[in-house]
Amino acid sequence: MDNKSLEIISYKIRKHAINAVYNAASGHPGGSLSIADILAVLYFDKMNITDPNDEMRDRFVLSKGHCSPALYGALAEKDFINKEDITTFRHIDSYLQGHPDMKNVPGVDMSTGSLGQGVSTACGMALNAKIDNKDYRVYAILGDGELEEGQVWEAAMFAPHYKLDNLTIFVDFNGLQIDGNISDVMSPLPIDKKFENFGWNVIVIDAHSYDEIKDAIEKAKMTKGKPTAIIAKSTKGKGVSFMENNAGWHGMAPNEEQYKIAISDLNKKLEELGAEIDG
Amino acid sequence: MAKEATRESYGKALKEFGIDKNIVVMDADLSKSTKTEMFQKEYPERFINCGIAEANMMCVAAGLASCGKTVFASSFAMFASGRAFEQIRNSICYPNLNVKIGSTHAGISVGEDGATHQALEDIAIMRALPNMTIINPSDAIEAHLAVKAAIDNFGPFYLRFGRLAVDVINDNPSYKFEIGKGVTLKDGNDVTIIATGLMVAHAIEAVKELNDEGINARLINIHTIKPIDKDIIIKAAKETGAIVTCEEHSIIGGLGSAVAEVLCENSPAILERVGTKDVFGRSGKPNELFKVYGLTPKDIKEAAKKAIAKKQ
Repeated sequence: MDNKSLEIISYKIRKHAINAVYNAASGHPGGSLSIADILAVLYFDKMNITDPNDEMRDRFVLSKGHCSPALYGALAEKDFINKEDITTFRHIDSYLQGHPDMKNVPGVDMSTGSLGQGVSTACGMALNAKIDNKDYRVYAILGDGELEEGQVWEAAMFAPHYKLDNLTIFVDFNGLQIDGNISDVMSPLPIDKKFENFGWNVIVIDAHSYDEIKDAIEKAKMTKGKPTAIIAKSTKGKGVSFMENNAGWHGMAPNEEQYKIAISDLNKKLEELGAEIDG
Repeated sequence: MAKEATRESYGKALKEFGIDKNIVVMDADLSKSTKTEMFQKEYPERFINCGIAEANMMCVAAGLASCGKTVFASSFAMFASGRAFEQIRNSICYPNLNVKIGSTHAGISVGEDGATHQALEDIAIMRALPNMTIINPSDAIEAHLAVKAAIDNFGPFYLRFGRLAVDVINDNPSYKFEIGKGVTLKDGNDVTIIATGLMVAHAIEAVKELNDEGINARLINIHTIKPIDKDIIIKAAKETGAIVTCEEHSIIGGLGSAVAEVLCENSPAILERVGTKDVFGRSGKPNELFKVYGLTPKDIKEAAKKAIAKKQ
């Protein structure tokens, strides 16, 4: 898919995320906005998925499960879930739980939310393909703060040991976590060298460049014998002026006034891209 | 009487049922002790050693299970249930995935390794998890059938095995294994002894001695701690009025608590709990430890007498 179309989808995903969080009056907008471009490329260009129940489909695990608003946005654009349901996010009768629930959301391949666990489950899915000689691929997105979880490094040892070259993970490297800068709270840096030393193929990219995301995924596909970690330098809150690079928007919902500004920011971008504005 | 550790039986069962290509067995560097090496030798392509990383193992198991595999994830009970508790909760039980946790070296009978390796809380913490089935077999025969049942029934299982070779007590033709059903080993009306795991063998001895003293005790083997067999407990409470629970586990949260819950909600009766009394274990030989922590046939006998006395 061409970059302009992908960008339009990414901004639609961002709008879904903001709508979800605003209507829930809770949730995690910052990290949802930073991964929207990667999700757009995965779901609309690179992942082999038309039927979320197809055994041969590519899998996706949102290891940073708190960014479910962006994932639900991608699944809505994919028509795996209804777009209207987005505003029920986190509501008492909704199937759109605060963190992804694989049992009730078509297209969610693993229930996540407890950091560090999703990447291991992605290893399991990739391993399954190796055991059964299937050629589907597995993708996961981790947060940079998530790298502070010890389990991530258990998985980081595991995947190269079992030569899971069908596994590609993205690290959403936006530099911020709840309590502030990752380097101040508990530095996981240097991220690229750590993964390299654990035996991964490492690619560092701009998380908002479609060419770089696409190119990195293609390089990962061509890499044999080891998994790939794509360190994606991102802007937390990307696309909403007042949320960008502000740790305060990690887990806070906008009020009505802020919501209007956010939607206006996103609509402006969509207009620039020549997209139809709905909702 | 023949003796065999339930972990040995676990290994043999995995090897036997492992012919099913859908089964994957995982371990965390303890395959020689958990006996999963028996499966590994037969089916190396479906054996995954995760190294000493239980948290990752449980979630890799979840990922495999999400793709349709029946996965046995093995470690010592302490690390499987304790170290990886939250992984079991959030990545296995919450999505209700088909992962069987093969926990060996449970209880005080681990022996010389001491307190850090003696899981006395594992049933309590696993019992609190929705979707989890817990089986604590009393001997090698029951352990074998528990593995089979775990394969035949979908969902998360916690299978609790021991290190110590224990008497084979279920080698009779009328024995039948059914998840969630207790087995009445002896009828009686004065008191009911409900035992699980290797404590069933201790209870058999206690019941014999009680019989010699003119006390007619009923004996029930409860292999499934969750779901617990309510009917057999309520019936025993109504007919004998006094219950003694016996487990190689803390009296908090395990069989004793499960039975107490059933009694309180349905048919209150006198209850004595034999188990470790909210303490950590220590190094020693299993038989020495049974004495120190009050888990011998004599302790069961005394608890039975105490329960009967309380009835009056």
